[in-house]
Amino acid sequence: MIATYREALQLGLREALEKDERVFLMGEDVGRYGGTYAVSKGLLEAFGEARVRDTPLSELAFVGAGIGAALGGLRPIVEVMTVNFSLLALDPIVNSAALMRHMSGGQFSVPLVVRMTTGAGRQLAAQHSHSFEGWYAHIPGIRILAPATVEDARWMLAAALADPDPVLIFEHAQLFETKGECGDGPVDIARACVRRLGSRVTLITYGGSLAKVLDAASRLSGEGIDAEVVDLRVLRPLDMEPVLASVRKTRRAVVVDEGWRSGSLSAEIMARIVENAFYDLDAPLARVCSEEVPMPYARHLEQAALPQAEKIVAAAKGVLHG
Amino acid sequence: MIPYSKEKSLRLLADMLRIRRLEEKSAELYGAGKIRGFLHLYIGEEAVATGAIHALAPEDNVVATYREHGHALLRGVSMERIMAEMYGKREGCSRGRGGSMHLFDAATRFYGGQAIVGGGLPLATGLALASFLKEESRVTACFFGEGAVAEGAFHESMNLAQLWRLPVAFFCENNLYAMGTALERSESQTDLCVKAAAYGMATRKADGMDVVATHQAAAEACERVRSGKGPVFVEFQTYRFRAHSMFDPELYRDKAEVERWKARGPIHTFSGRLKEQGDLSEAQFLELDREVMAEVERAVAFAEAGTWEPVEDLLRDVTTP
Repeated sequence: MIATYREALQLGLREALEKDERVFLMGEDVGRYGGTYAVSKGLLEAFGEARVRDTPLSELAFVGAGIGAALGGLRPIVEVMTVNFSLLALDPIVNSAALMRHMSGGQFSVPLVVRMTTGAGRQLAAQHSHSFEGWYAHIPGIRILAPATVEDARWMLAAALADPDPVLIFEHAQLFETKGECGDGPVDIARACVRRLGSRVTLITYGGSLAKVLDAASRLSGEGIDAEVVDLRVLRPLDMEPVLASVRKTRRAVVVDEGWRSGSLSAEIMARIVENAFYDLDAPLARVCSEEVPMPYARHLEQAALPQAEKIVAAAKGVLHG
Repeated sequence: MIPYSKEKSLRLLADMLRIRRLEEKSAELYGAGKIRGFLHLYIGEEAVATGAIHALAPEDNVVATYREHGHALLRGVSMERIMAEMYGKREGCSRGRGGSMHLFDAATRFYGGQAIVGGGLPLATGLALASFLKEESRVTACFFGEGAVAEGAFHESMNLAQLWRLPVAFFCENNLYAMGTALERSESQTDLCVKAAAYGMATRKADGMDVVATHQAAAEACERVRSGKGPVFVEFQTYRFRAHSMFDPELYRDKAEVERWKARGPIHTFSGRLKEQGDLSEAQFLELDREVMAEVERAVAFAEAGTWEPVEDLLRDVTTP
């Protein structure tokens, strides 16, 4: 079945609410408004106010309440409108959800799912364009997912709800209109995967940058350069095996990450490649990240700040030709 | 007259004494290097946890703070497991992963041991949301100090709990100082009930030095919550006799003030009342104290005999295997 990313997310939510009465959805404007990105449109009518709960603009309290509800035996799906506002809920996410199991000596797991949009590209300027999934991937105790395809958007939620520990799902705002095959599910939330086979260079990415990387790979192909594309899918815990296997084959790699370069997830990926496959490399690693500037509003500047297919092509050629 | 049976009154007294003696021993063991990290003592405030926890049923939830030894103890976590936890031993109630600030116990629905000020309130609100959605008759009791009312978490949680009429009892232990900052130096509105009332919540104040008053207030609050009328905020006016933690030279308050509050100490005033009405003799009090001290000594022996978790297990309990 072909669907948009948005429709796929909704199918996942609908199925979760139908299958398990412990599941409920809460967040800002998920009910009457239908979801800021229209993902939950119609769910209030279908499942009622008890299970599709509009919240006040209190990220700290409703994410924390999601943790409490999970401890109380339910399976909450908390929608934080965007990653930008999740900063107001950092304390419950980091200090409660991620630590509870360990602090309690294994007694209290937190089966909470938090969904949020992430990323730039729509001229929303500095306060609404962050990509902080790499930050969250720093923290032990939580699983970080970045569905880049319609299939993952459709099926990752079910796997996340089955996880006894907290899971954060980052849905890139640029992907909602993209169309693709939903597949028949389920999907795993443990493995990275190869999205395009190639032999000359490995391009490693996740989430909203996957489409740009695939675009770059097809441009490279037009120039006779066969690039392999690895989609990380799960940003914590990282599954490095497909990455390392690919790098050992192609002997060259470029990491593409919409986060700022310094201290980014791309830095972690590169470090692990160097730690584990240094002698398999034929060239220094390269990466394409966002420029280190708050996101400008003007379109040409925003586009210049973000990873683009042209930059990825240039970086790939750089590691091939020095 | 104390409005309880002699048996119940003696139980309340014994529980206050159990907290007191456990903590005095903890301070001593801290000095001896057996307990490390932060250690926050509840000495002086025992009437609050005692009165409140005696108002709870086994099926209720408790969320507490980093000053929670007494709450855990009265909730039913054994003194042995609490002491072992403070020692960092595997036999502790959090396997030695939590320490003094992070006592947890699933069996008694004791959800910590939350050491970010105000951090327990959203969790308690969520636990109450789960009870509400599952139509359980379960009260979530959330303890926090008055310092928490300055946090956004307090205000957001008050609003959410009242908006959704959730079965949660907010028990504010107002000991007048947020670490070293006096209430009037940090709050424009020092009447804490006014803050909760601003969200439309039912409120009441209780003398936190009198276990009869704390128990009465908590019992009424829990009854209201259990009957489905929504959350309640109770301010218990109390005082901590000891420093904030073991690193506090107490430069921010007068010795005379501390002495005035000590004169109102919950244990000697309550035992005095029991003696006056003929329900307790000095000999009986000393016998009770000996029993409590024996429990403390058993706890210390248990902690001493406890084992260290092997370092090979360091990474366990980060996520579910």
